[in-house]
Amino acid sequence: MNRPGLGTACAAMLRRDLALAWRRRGDIAMPVLYAVIVATLFPFALGPEDTLLQRIAGGVVLVTVLLAMLLALDAMFASDIEDGSLEQLVLSPQPLALLLGMKILAHWLATALPLIVIAPLLAAMLHLPGAVIPVLLLALLLATPLLSLLGAVLVALTAGTRRSGMLLALMLLPLCVPAVIFAAGAVAAAQQGLPWLAPIAWLAAALVLAVVLAPLACAAALRIALDA
Amino acid sequence: MTATPAAAPLLEARGLSFRRQDEPVFAPLDFRLHAGELALVEGDNGSGKTTLLRMLAGLLHVGEGELRWRGAPLQRDATAGDILFLGHQLGLKADFSPRENLRVAASLHGCREGANAASVLARIGLRGYEDEPVRRLSAGQKKRAALARLLLLPATLWLLDEPYANLDRIGIALVNELLEGHTDAGGAAMVTSHGTVSFHGGEPRRIRMHD
Repeated sequence: MNRPGLGTACAAMLRRDLALAWRRRGDIAMPVLYAVIVATLFPFALGPEDTLLQRIAGGVVLVTVLLAMLLALDAMFASDIEDGSLEQLVLSPQPLALLLGMKILAHWLATALPLIVIAPLLAAMLHLPGAVIPVLLLALLLATPLLSLLGAVLVALTAGTRRSGMLLALMLLPLCVPAVIFAAGAVAAAQQGLPWLAPIAWLAAALVLAVVLAPLACAAALRIALDA
Repeated sequence: MTATPAAAPLLEARGLSFRRQDEPVFAPLDFRLHAGELALVEGDNGSGKTTLLRMLAGLLHVGEGELRWRGAPLQRDATAGDILFLGHQLGLKADFSPRENLRVAASLHGCREGANAASVLARIGLRGYEDEPVRRLSAGQKKRAALARLLLLPATLWLLDEPYANLDRIGIALVNELLEGHTDAGGAAMVTSHGTVSFHGGEPRRIRMHD
């Protein structure tokens, strides 16, 4: 029988999820709006003192972006489980882990990328020196996909339970911590003129590991969730 | 390829049963389904019809007993895509049109030779609704949009859970036609239904579910 190749299937999956995200543009705007509001509120709460804002800017932007991502995380597989699309994916003659990897990629493109695009704006608002912004972006480019991948595994694990949002947040928190520490460490080091490559390399290593393992774990967890 | 005897049934179940929390969902079942055959799964509500179909599709693990595919123990990797399952949840994206839904399915499963989305949707009675988002279709039209997958995707065994639900008289006749065409072409199908179903041609095999 003539089955479509892996490339065709993956491209179709990516296109499908991006098209679905585009049809619900309002949902994409929500995390962005949230990040803008939170980052704007900090100077009001702490006072417009340049040195203070400069010192916390990197951390505030990082935490804001990661929290904004959490808002959209539990929707990653929810609609596919609800309407039975996931069953069809599981039964399709394509490797489930790869299809889920494409879903995670689409989710990252739809939720994290807009946040990364506005991150320099938020950082500039908090007086982060211009020279540090590229390091912040690099840290975000590595930390956000890591969070998407780890989050996807947890979303898949909690897929069978109702009101999984709370549980998800609790489980994700400890996993976020290393990502935040390394990303913020890189930004802080760059700000002090110290070498910042080591924490970035740690993030990259964790990302590589997650790219390989997370889709496999997601596939296994979702198969178990359906097998009940 | 190992040579399989011509008489080997497409799907064979031996002492098949399923337990949920140590409660048997249905009593051990034995049946054989040959190519070109249609089996009607009968039983009361809660007798395990859906469970049986989900198990045959590969969504549920096989509890006890054995499943054989073309005479050899069933391997999910080998049969993926050869078995098409249509459950209560239709697997349609509400934001997509029937045409887009079919395109996604076809890019994962492939297409039957000579079949395309437009002709399939016309055959299934959705002419004029090809590009309407599924969310705006009626329940019966949604069912038809899901049934269109059967015509477009290449598969040998159809597992249809309540394919007649929500369909009008013409739709029910259409499902019967599809089943007849499929079995005539050497495919097989298992169908669950509460209602009385009359097939043209031969009487279907009946699999009775007992608690």
